[in-house]
Amino acid sequence: MGDYKIPELGEYAEIPPVCEGAMSHSHPYVAAPEHQEALGFPGELVEDWHGKAIGRLGELLDQTRSLRVYLDSCVRCGACTDKCHYFLGTGDPKNMPVARQDLLRKVYRRHFTALGKFPLTRWLVGAEDLTEEVLDDWYSYFHQCSQCRRCSVYCPYGIDTAEISMAARDIMDHIGKGQKYCNEIIAKVHKIGNNLGLPGPALENTLEGLEEDIEEETGVKVRLPLDEKGADILLVTPSADFFAEPHVDGLIGYAKVFHQAGASWTISSYASEAANFAMFIGSYEQMREVALRIRKAALDLGVKRLVFGECGHAWRVAYGFLNTLAGPWDFLDPNYPVPQHICEYTWDLIEKGQLKFDKSANDHMTLTFHDSCNIARATRMGDKPGGQFEIPRNIIKAVCNNFVDMAEDTIREGTYCCGGGGGLLTDDLMELRVKGAKPRMEALTQVVKNDGVTHMAAICAICKSQFSKVMPEYGIGMDRIVSVHQLVSDAIVLDGQVTGEETDKLGGDAAPQTEE
Amino acid sequence: MTALFAILFYAATAVLAVGLAFKVVQYARTPAPLKIPTTPAPVTTGGVVLRMLREVVLFESLFKSNKWIWLFGYMFHGALLLAMMRHLRYFIHPVWDWVVLVQPFGLYAGFAMLAGLGALWFRRIFVQRIRYISGPSDHLMLVLLIGITASGLAMSYVSRTDIVALKQFMLGLMRFNWQPLPAEPILMAHLGMVIALMIVFPFSKLLHAPGLFFSPTRNQVDNAREKRHLAPWAAKLEAGGE
Ligand code: HEM
Ligand code: SF4
Ligand code: SF4
Repeated sequence: MGDYKIPELGEYAEIPPVCEGAMSHSHPYVAAPEHQEALGFPGELVEDWHGKAIGRLGELLDQTRSLRVYLDSCVRCGACTDKCHYFLGTGDPKNMPVARQDLLRKVYRRHFTALGKFPLTRWLVGAEDLTEEVLDDWYSYFHQCSQCRRCSVYCPYGIDTAEISMAARDIMDHIGKGQKYCNEIIAKVHKIGNNLGLPGPALENTLEGLEEDIEEETGVKVRLPLDEKGADILLVTPSADFFAEPHVDGLIGYAKVFHQAGASWTISSYASEAANFAMFIGSYEQMREVALRIRKAALDLGVKRLVFGECGHAWRVAYGFLNTLAGPWDFLDPNYPVPQHICEYTWDLIEKGQLKFDKSANDHMTLTFHDSCNIARATRMGDKPGGQFEIPRNIIKAVCNNFVDMAEDTIREGTYCCGGGGGLLTDDLMELRVKGAKPRMEALTQVVKNDGVTHMAAICAICKSQFSKVMPEYGIGMDRIVSVHQLVSDAIVLDGQVTGEETDKLGGDAAPQTEE
Repeated sequence: MTALFAILFYAATAVLAVGLAFKVVQYARTPAPLKIPTTPAPVTTGGVVLRMLREVVLFESLFKSNKWIWLFGYMFHGALLLAMMRHLRYFIHPVWDWVVLVQPFGLYAGFAMLAGLGALWFRRIFVQRIRYISGPSDHLMLVLLIGITASGLAMSYVSRTDIVALKQFMLGLMRFNWQPLPAEPILMAHLGMVIALMIVFPFSKLLHAPGLFFSPTRNQVDNAREKRHLAPWAAKLEAGGE
């Protein structure tokens, strides 16, 4: 680690030549026994790991249609080979989605298909035994997939390599070869309620601090309530929002929006985490256990609505899976979707004309927007397909005067992953993260040069952390990544707010600019 | 020869039908535990039917992905469809009007198919990335299809086959009243390869044809918030765990 070349940025559409083994040395730390056992997985590689792995694969095949259909259906047309940012950034052929799938497919063929079981035809269909080397390849390359689903958009059958990676990681967990980063975090959520292991009192302190900051800045008492029974709205947000930059500025933005809307809301210390890393390890049971904390918090606090903060995979689990994992949500107010995204919430208020903005507050920036992969390709906002692209952009345009999109095939459903999703946002995978960010950095550099873009906004905690870490490697300042609700926060004019120059309190209607 | 081919045809038909039925039932019975449509996705069932139609008829995703593969793949599949329609005349009597209409197109389709398959194979051999992912079975499948197409074209343009006798043989097979198969080497090669294709179909990547219809990223409605989706095994887990 640390001993690798930062890729040179070129045209973003360039396809690198195949370079075998370029990333075979990359693997994350293996989970320690205590992290494994906390999730009910064996502490270390079990004796009969081969038999157990094949057994678990069989179970997953019976439980998961996607896995079964996708392992059979690939025709090796090659359409996905140039679609993965990790291949584009590293040139390692095993980072081509189809080749990544084949790591599992060859074992599937060997044990679950007629031609692969039969010795004379085995070589024909590329069936192979699960040897120690193959297992090492699994550990390496299934931890070089951020489960971003870009390949699935472009495959003629929608084959989603994320589904294959999730299955492979689940098998590895079941034989005692889990990944430290994810499993340690999930254990913390089970125990304390968030990825950081931030206990209730610390959270309370943090929120009080933020309240003071806001009051100092605006002169308005904006609250960030914790565990308030009887509140209408439960806000579930990634724990990075409580302290990391630029995440926390987004949290301040949500608070101001709630305040200005006159909403009664609360954060829960029991379910103080929107992220659900159990998705990354492909475990339905673990994912459900994490999701049930949110259900319990909603019931205990007696809220009527559920709103999620800015986080990509969290929104996937919330939007796509929460109803399945922890529903039905019939005890909440049926007039609102369950759950709602904070962007849906804010945009709704903007459309109704209930928020006032001073757009000039963001005039020192020219913004572009990074579509986070899970939001773009696995969820929706609003009631029309594609709302997940339009609503965040609409919000940015309502609070900023300068907005430019990056090249069309690098945004919306074709967006490139930040390079740190899918449980890879760990220091032991730094080389992969830097190289995987290359396509996004190229597209960003292009609008920086051509359109004078100064900042990129995102609505995902992982994207924000990843970019603030890797952008400097490409010569872009770490402060160039901002939260969408940070922009909202900067432009919103609260009732009774004291602005920079004037000491007089401004009345609502004297606000500089009103956006409909 | 007649008896051998007759028996092989029956066997191949049985393998194809039973094998495919088994796979389709297996896919249909395997639950999809979570909602995973690739979004933006249709929010209604009608929308999903349309999305699927666009995938099957236009290869929409492939078009977004790679224009060359789309062009060659589309040529091959379109021509394959036409050629198969043209072949119907050997299996029905009297021949339906539209099958008659299709005949000349079916013939040209043979060339388009050959060109499409040739181009796909070219890519497989010369594009570094695709060569890397290609295994023996991927090449062999193309060889087999090229063989079928070439031998078919040879019978139309090089040494014509006794079509009347062939039709008698085919109809005889279907009526369980065997008629002699014309003893021509090209015809036998053609039929032999078709039999091989039928047999490998349910065991190979040709399962992409039924697979597409069962692909959750393509066939699910985007309505996770509105409608609770629960797999039977997950419901059991829920009942036992709470
Ligand atoms: C529902 C019907 C079908 C659909 C939607 C479909 C779709 C596709 C698509 C999109 C591809 C990838 C592009 C390409 O390489 O051509 C493909 C490949 C292929 N299809 Fe189909 N297909 C269908 C039926 C069939 C059938 C009946 C055959 C039987 C002969 C077949 C044989 C192949 C082969 C051999 C390839 C791989 C070509 C290569 O090696 O590059 N397909 N199919
Ligand atoms: S695009 Fe789909 S079918 Fe084609 S090689 Fe990739 S995974 Fe296989
Ligand atoms: S899901 Fe994303 S990271 Fe994984 S193989 Fe596909 S494109 Fe690459």
